[in-house]
Amino acid sequence: MIDIGLGHYLTLGAMIFTIGVAGIFLNRKNVIVILMSIELILLAVNINLVSFSIFINDLTGQIFTLFILTVAAAEAAIGLAIIVVYYRNSSTVDVEKIDSLKG
Amino acid sequence: MVNLNFVSPEIFISLSIMFLLLLGVFKKNSSNIIHNLSIGFLLITGILILNNPFDEKVTLFSGSYIIDSLSSFMKILTILGGAFVLSISTKYLKLFKIFLIEYPILILCSILGMMVMISSNDLMVFYIGLELQSLSLYVLASFNRDQLKSSEAGLKYFVLGALSSGLLLYGCSLIYGFSGSTNFNVIGDVMHSTHYGLTFGIVFILVGLAFKISAVPFHMWAPDVYEGSPTSVTLFFAIVPKVAALTVFIRFLYTPFINMIEQWQAILIFLSIASMIFGAVAAIGQNNLKRLVAYSSIGHIGYALAGLSVGTNEGIQSSIVYISIYLVMNLGLFSCLLMMKRNDQYFETIDDLSGLSKNHPVLSLSLMIILFSLAGIPPLAGFFAKFYVFKSVIEQSMYFLAIVGLLSTVIAAFYYLRIIKIIYFDEEKEKYDTDHSIWLKMSLTLSTLLILLYFIFPSKLVEIVSRINVI
Repeated sequence: MIDIGLGHYLTLGAMIFTIGVAGIFLNRKNVIVILMSIELILLAVNINLVSFSIFINDLTGQIFTLFILTVAAAEAAIGLAIIVVYYRNSSTVDVEKIDSLKG
Repeated sequence: MVNLNFVSPEIFISLSIMFLLLLGVFKKNSSNIIHNLSIGFLLITGILILNNPFDEKVTLFSGSYIIDSLSSFMKILTILGGAFVLSISTKYLKLFKIFLIEYPILILCSILGMMVMISSNDLMVFYIGLELQSLSLYVLASFNRDQLKSSEAGLKYFVLGALSSGLLLYGCSLIYGFSGSTNFNVIGDVMHSTHYGLTFGIVFILVGLAFKISAVPFHMWAPDVYEGSPTSVTLFFAIVPKVAALTVFIRFLYTPFINMIEQWQAILIFLSIASMIFGAVAAIGQNNLKRLVAYSSIGHIGYALAGLSVGTNEGIQSSIVYISIYLVMNLGLFSCLLMMKRNDQYFETIDDLSGLSKNHPVLSLSLMIILFSLAGIPPLAGFFAKFYVFKSVIEQSMYFLAIVGLLSTVIAAFYYLRIIKIIYFDEEKEKYDTDHSIWLKMSLTLSTLLILLYFIFPSKLVEIVSRINVI
């Protein structure tokens, strides 16, 4: 049985964070996937904060996490609203077709 | 017991936001009243800030909130910027049928967020302020919701803004974990050790902030968002969030990260040089004025960052002066843009400016003064702004940065002068409307006069800013 230490949690956080960032840049299909990737990034941060908070015996990190959860909900709501507005104007949410602004 | 007098501006502005929302719900057709009331509330907030002692340094809420000369000065700048944006955008909004109650309320919300950001002395408070600001800005960018371009600008801004918040937050979590606190002062005390976790944290936070301030190589959202958003919102983007983000840069670099100056100085010099050169070169091929402003603002941010990278009080003060003068210049430029209206249609390409001087001599004269000032030609205010920055850079013998800055000023002068050539020497087009609102005329006159007459009283602004001692 191996002991699970801070390093393991941080690695998990870093992996989820990387998946989230890669999801934003590699995704060529759908804007909704980008929204999911953003949530992944914020969850990775939460894992980091909670594990730090446990291992250095300080509650601040967990309080910070609660704030982030709240803000993430608001961000998802606004993101979805903007996607709906965009969809009504262009009838597509394909990432590759979002190109009316360029130059 | 916390002395709530010091946070009275924030309390007042949040109460007025709630009041305006309720008023908007219960009173029909109240856009006009709410618009005017919100300008009034902003000015009252400004007075409340002036009421606080300027030179005193007060920390509140167990050290998580700080009121000092830097925060007071920058808050006044954001509030003035917001009030001017609200007062000159009325006609534009009415024409596009987006003269709604949400517009002033969203601007007030984002200004509240910026005020919290500017005063924050704790990672948590900073994050809340930042998100309050960015969430309102996402909505503002897509405010003209029936237009494809505006909603696309909002979408792009949302995706990249949320990504940058994520990066910043990841940096915050690392800093918290390896220093054991979220308070800036405590982090600053602990940060002697060069633990690689702390270095990673600094890099992530700087990348996130560079996104917010649109410094190269994290600028790609700026031109698209500036072009797509409604012009009055673009004006807001171009001046107000930059002031707040620059303040946050100062706070982060010179409170928690002060002992890690070798680590971040190189990053900052790189950001500054890249922004100056890119802002100058990429703007040359642009034809849309709003895109051009986006590139020019990237360049100007490069100069402001050059002042910050020096690591002395003079450097910080020079970039504060720079951002204040930049605010005035952009206000004037956008007032001109908002005057280019003919038959209920706004024009925003450089070709539409051709021969402007034949029909509108006064408008073209002030546009010329503003463009000369943006290019940094003496004796206008823009020259002094650049002069202070380069002086503080050279005093620390960072000659490479100064030389690159001067070279990119020369390159940037090309596209400003090209616009002046088009205004004065190209074939004239139809007349534009002249029935502008009194506020628009006033803001153009005021900003032009400030730019033109700055050299008579250069010490006034410098004297106030020199009382801001961060280190």
